[in-house]
This record gives sequence, C-alpha cells and structure tokens, in this order.
Amino acid sequence: MTAHLSRRGFLKSAAAAGAALYIGANAKGVMAAASSADAALNPFVKIGADGRAIALIKHVEFGQGPATGLTTLIAEELGVTMDQITYEFAPSDPQVYNNLLFGPFQGTGGSTAMANSWMQYRNAGAAAREMLISAAAKEWGVDAASLDIVDGMVTGGGNSASMGDFVAAAAEMDVPAEPRLRDASEWKLIGNDATRRLDSPIKVNGQAQFAMDVHLDNQMVVMIKRTPQKGGVVASFDDSAAKDVKGFIMAQALPTKHGVAVYAENTWAAMQARNAIEVEWDNSAAESRSSAEIKDEIMAALDAEPTYNVNKADRAAVKAAVDGAATVLEKTFYFPLLAHAPMEPLNCTIEQTAEGKIVLHDGAQMPTGPHMAYQQIFELPADKIEINSMLAGGSFGRRATPDADYQVEAGLAFIMTDRSRPVKLVWDREDDIRSGYYRPAVGHKVRVGLDENGTIIGWDHQVAGQSIMKGTAFEAMAVHEGIDHSTVEGIADSPYTIPGQSLGLTDTKKATSVLWWRSVGHTHTAYVMEVMMDLAAKAAGQDPVDFRLSYLTGGGEADRKAAVLKLAAEKAGWGNAPAGHTQGIAVHKSFGSYVAEVVEISGNNDDGIVIEKVTAAVDCGIAVNPDTVRAQIEGGIGYGIGHAMRDQITLDGGAVEQSNFPDYEPLRISDIKEIETHIIASAEAPTGIGEPGTPPSAPALANAIAALTDDSQLIAELPMAEAGVYFA
Amino acid sequence: MAISLKLNGKTHEVEAEPGTPLLWVIRDELKLTGTKFGCGVASCGACTVHMNGEPVRSCQTYIEDVEDAEITTIEKMEEDKVGAAVQQAWLELDVVQCGYCQSGQIMNAVGLLRENAKPTAEEIDDYMYGNACRCATYQRIRAGVQRAAKILEA
Ligand code: FES
Ligand code: FES
Repeated sequence: MTAHLSRRGFLKSAAAAGAALYIGANAKGVMAAASSADAALNPFVKIGADGRAIALIKHVEFGQGPATGLTTLIAEELGVTMDQITYEFAPSDPQVYNNLLFGPFQGTGGSTAMANSWMQYRNAGAAAREMLISAAAKEWGVDAASLDIVDGMVTGGGNSASMGDFVAAAAEMDVPAEPRLRDASEWKLIGNDATRRLDSPIKVNGQAQFAMDVHLDNQMVVMIKRTPQKGGVVASFDDSAAKDVKGFIMAQALPTKHGVAVYAENTWAAMQARNAIEVEWDNSAAESRSSAEIKDEIMAALDAEPTYNVNKADRAAVKAAVDGAATVLEKTFYFPLLAHAPMEPLNCTIEQTAEGKIVLHDGAQMPTGPHMAYQQIFELPADKIEINSMLAGGSFGRRATPDADYQVEAGLAFIMTDRSRPVKLVWDREDDIRSGYYRPAVGHKVRVGLDENGTIIGWDHQVAGQSIMKGTAFEAMAVHEGIDHSTVEGIADSPYTIPGQSLGLTDTKKATSVLWWRSVGHTHTAYVMEVMMDLAAKAAGQDPVDFRLSYLTGGGEADRKAAVLKLAAEKAGWGNAPAGHTQGIAVHKSFGSYVAEVVEISGNNDDGIVIEKVTAAVDCGIAVNPDTVRAQIEGGIGYGIGHAMRDQITLDGGAVEQSNFPDYEPLRISDIKEIETHIIASAEAPTGIGEPGTPPSAPALANAIAALTDDSQLIAELPMAEAGVYFA
Repeated sequence: MAISLKLNGKTHEVEAEPGTPLLWVIRDELKLTGTKFGCGVASCGACTVHMNGEPVRSCQTYIEDVEDAEITTIEKMEEDKVGAAVQQAWLELDVVQCGYCQSGQIMNAVGLLRENAKPTAEEIDDYMYGNACRCATYQRIRAGVQRAAKILEA
C-alpha cells in the first residue's frame, strides 16, 4: 500500500483494498515516510467501503460546537447528509492537527476553531469527493465532470453507486492539488438551520463520556491538598488521621511541594482522607496581600504616568485637549479577579501501557501543552505519549493553562507511584474556586473631552492590571515592546474612529495566577469603552445609537460594526421600550466578529431590577451552523451578565475567600427572561463565536441600569451587586 | 456496611461506609456515569437523581437513607414517558452545550412535569432554579420544558 504526497500536502492511504480512504495533512515529511498499510496516518476524514464517513475533530468539544461544525464542512464538500457521517476526536499531533493560527501547536482558544479549520476541512472533504468521482468516472468510462456525490451516492449520466464502492480505487490516486470547493449556491449544509448538534443524543441520555467519567481497571483517585495561599509550600504533613479512612492508600508531598497528593481507592475516600490530613505550610514566599491592597496598587498606577504608551499618541496633547474641552467626563473602573468555574471540575487520568507508553485521558483544550510537559516529566519521546481527547464539561479558558497545570499535577502524582495503577486526578469545586487561575483584576481610568457640539475631541485612557501573557510560553507571541496586547485589546484597535485618543498601560504585580477568561481583555475593555460611549452620548444630548454611529465612519470594519448596532436596535425596538422598561445598548468587535446587544430591564433599584430581555445581533461571517451561533451568543451573554451581576474572587491575606457555588453564585435560570439573537447574512469567511457574545453583555446591562437610575457610579465597579445594584 | 440498593429496577448489593453520598456509589461503584459531580454541596443540581420518583441531590443523599427507596438515574429516562418527552424536546431544541449539567437538568425537568403538566415560564424558573448551567443554556431549558409539556399533551 502506498501513500502519495501531493503538492498541497494532502496525503492519503488505504488501509486495505476496498477498506477505506483516508485523507490527512502533510506531516512535514514524517508521515510521507510512513507509507505502509499500518502507518499511523492522521487523517481529517475517513471513508469506509460501507459508504460511511468519519470526520476527525482536531479541536476540543466543550459545548461551542466544533464536533458538529467541522463535520458539517467535510459533509458539505464530500456530498453526504449529516446522518451519513460521524465524528471522532483527533489524537494529539502538533504537526497535523495544529491550530493553523497557533503554529505547530494543537489547541483551542481565541474563538478560532472554525476560523482556522474553514478551508482546511473543506479542502479535505473536496479532495475526497474528487478522488471518489475520478475512480467512478474511470470505472464507468464517463467524464468526471459529469459526476457529483449526492447523499453519499456517486451520481451522473445515468449512473449511481455508493461512494463506498470506490474507496479502494480512490486510495490509489494522487490527491488533487486544488480540489474544487463547492460554490455557496450549492451548499445544503453550511448555513442550514435544520442541522442538529451531533453530540446532543449522548448528552441527553447520560452516555456522553467526559474525562471525569473515566474508570480504568484498578485506578487510584488522587486529590491534592493545596495551600490556601498561592506560592506556599509544604513544610510537613501528618496523615495519621487519614489512615482511619477506608480506601485511603497513601499521601505524599508533590515534588514541587505545592501540595500533598492523597491517593485513595475511590473519589469519596480521597475526599475524606484529604480532609483528615494536616499540613504545615511554609508561606514565606506565598501571596499574602488582600484584595484591598491589590486594588489600591492598581488604582494608584492609574494616576501615575503609564509604563507603556500603547498607541504612541502624544499624551500631553490629548490631556491638554481634554482639559480645555467644554465638557469633561472622568470615570474610574475596577474589575475584580474572576474564576472560570466550568461545570465539570478539572480532572484527568493517566496510565502506563504494557509497552511503556504514557496515556492521558483528558478533556484537553491544548493537547500539545501536556504532551510537551510529559516528555520532560517522563523523559520519553513524543511518540511514547498519547492523549485521548475527551468531551470537556466547559472551560471558558481554564482548561488551557500555559503550564498545563492540572495535567502536570497528575503526571507528578503518577511518577511518585510504581505506575502499576492508573491515577485519576480529581479536583472538587473548592479546588476549582480557591486554586484557580483567574481573570486578572484590572483598573481603567478614562477622561473624555467634548466640544460645545458634543463631539469627542480627546480621550485619555489608562489601564493597569496584571499581564496574562508575561512569564508564560506565550510571551514571545503576545507581548510586543513590553505591551501585553491581551490587556488592552478592544480599545486602540476598536473600529471606532475616536479623535485624539491616548492609551497607556501599566502592569501591576501578579496577585495570584491569572489566565484568559472567556473573551480575555475584552471582558473589561468592551465594558469601559461602551459605558464611556453612553456617558459621552448623554453629555452630548444625543441618542446612544446615533452617537456611536457618528464614530463608525471608517468603512470596512466600522461598517460591519455599525450594521450589527443598527440591527440590534431595530430588532429590540430601540427607543420604544414598553412602559416601565429601560434599555441599554453596547457593541463590540472581538475575535473577528461583531456583536451588538440591547438589554431591557424593569423594576427599580429599591424593589429589584429584572432583566427582561436581551436582543443580540451578530456578524461572524458565514454562520456554518446558525443554531450553534445563536446558542453561543446566548451562552456568552449569560456568562458575561452573570459574573457582572454578582461574582468576584477576593483574597484575604493571600487566601481566596470564596469556595464553592454558594459564594461564587452562578447565573441562574431566572436571571434573564429571554434572549433573542439575529445573525447578519454574510459571505465573509467565518470568525469567532465562542467568545464574542460576552463582551457587550455587561456594558449593555450597565448602560440600562445607568439610564434607569441616573447613577453611573453604580456601574463603575464590578460586581454590580457589590456596588449597590439590587437585582430582584 | 452492606446495602441493597434498588436502582433502575435492579437490586445491587453494595459495600459503603455510612455517610457515603449516593452520588459516589452510583458513579464509582456502579459505574453509571450519567449522574454528575458539580459542587458536592447541593447548589448545582448536576447530581440529580430520582428517589421514589422525585428529584433529589445525590451528593447530599446518604447511602444509609436510601435502602428502601427506588432510585432512578438518567440512564433509565428513555424508558420513562415523561423522561423520553423531555429528551425529545432537548434534541429538537438542541438545548445542550458542554452537556455536563444536562443529566441533572433533565432529571429535574421530569420531576417538574410530573408535578405540573403545564408549567408557566415562572414556574419553570422557580423549579429549575437550583440547577446551574455554566454554559447558560437556560432559555433553551425553559423552552425545552414547555416543548416537552406539549409533546406529552399530544
Ligand atoms: S453535585 Fe450535587 S448539587 Fe452539585
Ligand atoms: S451545558 Fe454546559 S454546564 Fe450546562
């Protein structure tokens, strides 16, 4: 059996005559060398002689929809129905399954799953179609141009047969260098609102397997007794009381001394035993500050000259313009630390096979991270480590730490054993809330000057907070001239044309581990930009929509941003809210997509404010699965609004004060009565959808509250409930 | 202690210490993993099962208290008239995202529909309040319950 490498790098092979057609990607020579029947070929699509297709999904499925989305692309180009194709999660392979926007690194993040896969998966499906058609044309002695694959049947010129009949012959052919992609006018699946999620059936009957559901023969459960103060280390511990817990096996300090690993026969025994262990911590190098100190430091930085002049503006001139303006608006904002709290607590299971391979079972968001870390921990080459990617119960960024934190923890716990028993590392909710990686605490100070016509003539914007990227493996990629773009994204690169804007940034000392959190810097930059836009509109005596539109005049992305703003306003009945209802609006571009949201509230701040409705308009390019787009906007809104209403992580003497859902209260079903999403029809390539719904949600709510209460101080610091907003 | 546990129509002899939450017996001993662990403190609903037909939080239900009870988990809902209707509604509306909370949502929704065949939006919000969904699929959960009520009515 041979594998042919084409100019474009597509590679295919057939496992056995008549068995299958696999189409995969160039592995930079590695895969081309392994061109035998049993070669480990990593494909994007597999087609069997039975005419069934399988799409290999290189991205993690944690609800945002790539299992269905990437399968849709293959099915569309190949010419099968969604019932004739299934999906599998791809193994870890940073050469074949890398995120094309991340370099040689397999991972999901930045709302890029569809954006980076759009051409790659369509090309794979189209190549398979052309090869199967060529094989059929040859056999039938007809012109390939007269054939197509329709519903899995090669059809044309009076002939019709299952595409499965041609997989063996097709596998002997060269892969077309540039397969013809179907024209949008031919699409049956892309953009089809009737497509249902492929992972729904197993998620409604209890059959879906998340990493937490792994039960390997003879496995041990490990939980870590962690220091309450990040950075503290184990001085000594006493496990004598744990020995009374049935199922307790042993306890050992992690080699890093960041905690004590507690091994038990099952999860409940591990929990009980961990409770029974007493640890003496050495906190001399640990975080010891309280939230108030951290906040003071951030606020002080906002009043000093910034370390970085982000947009290289002449700040003195901007300040002078603002100082001399007819109206000056000044506002200081504070955003607290936030936990991600995905529904499935962190966990993973690690085992060693009889052949000496290390296998990790994980809802891996960035498989390359643990894959690389394990090469060091176990001193093994990459091909001796396997990652079994499983469904993940949410993430919102948490499952993608640059240091592969929980997978490393599991690896260290495993290497301290004789490796005869698999180790399942389990975090509980308290671990998740107290020992997490948090959305950094951030402050903004903005001074805006308006002339006597209400036109902005100066906008001085200072940001201070903890850098997410500095000190991580992503620093080289994301930090330029000292500026961590993820702290200021959404301000200087906003599609608004704001005359005389200066943007300064100061990094403050890390309070604890910080991390990207659904929509990263946009979580706070969109808030500040959009609340300030509303305050400026009010000062100018103009309608908030009209006022924004007057700064969206640059064409291109400004037009797209203006279009969603207008659509959301129109669909929400902007300006015509029912009696007793008040509206607020916000619009923001993030991850290549444009989203505007109108939040409509009722009630008042004495008896309680009720969120009646959120109306969203989104432009994310081509909506491959429109219902997934709507679902992600709904979820993004809930995530943004829930945290803005009432969540924060606070520290007391370096220790996190919250511990579980009762004091880190999730959004509940009664918090938002209705969400309506409208999608702009587009012919542009797809952009992000997992995150862009979040940024405008909190400022739209804030603007509604400010309009209702006429008190913008209520919305200057989050969470709102802490600042004096009373939600019914 | 040894306990006979009646679960999904079968009796299982299990060994567990008193005070062990039913959740961990179901998941770790019986290896029925549709019932999920989310918080362990009765504030998320991911672990919801039925005890004598009514939703309970299995993380706060102790093994010694269920000896004479009939326990039902998500794995059995396909065979339940209300359960199957809720599942069908969930599929029609694609309620799930990550899916981790959804076994619990469905078990709780079945409890609601058994009590109240035609719940209003407000009644749904009240009954489902304790079932957290970090993916915020709430409006589809609300619509899903109403759709299931319609399916059952037909
Ligand atoms: S795990 Fe039982 S309510 Fe959360
Ligand atoms: S679907 Fe993810 S937590 Fe509910």
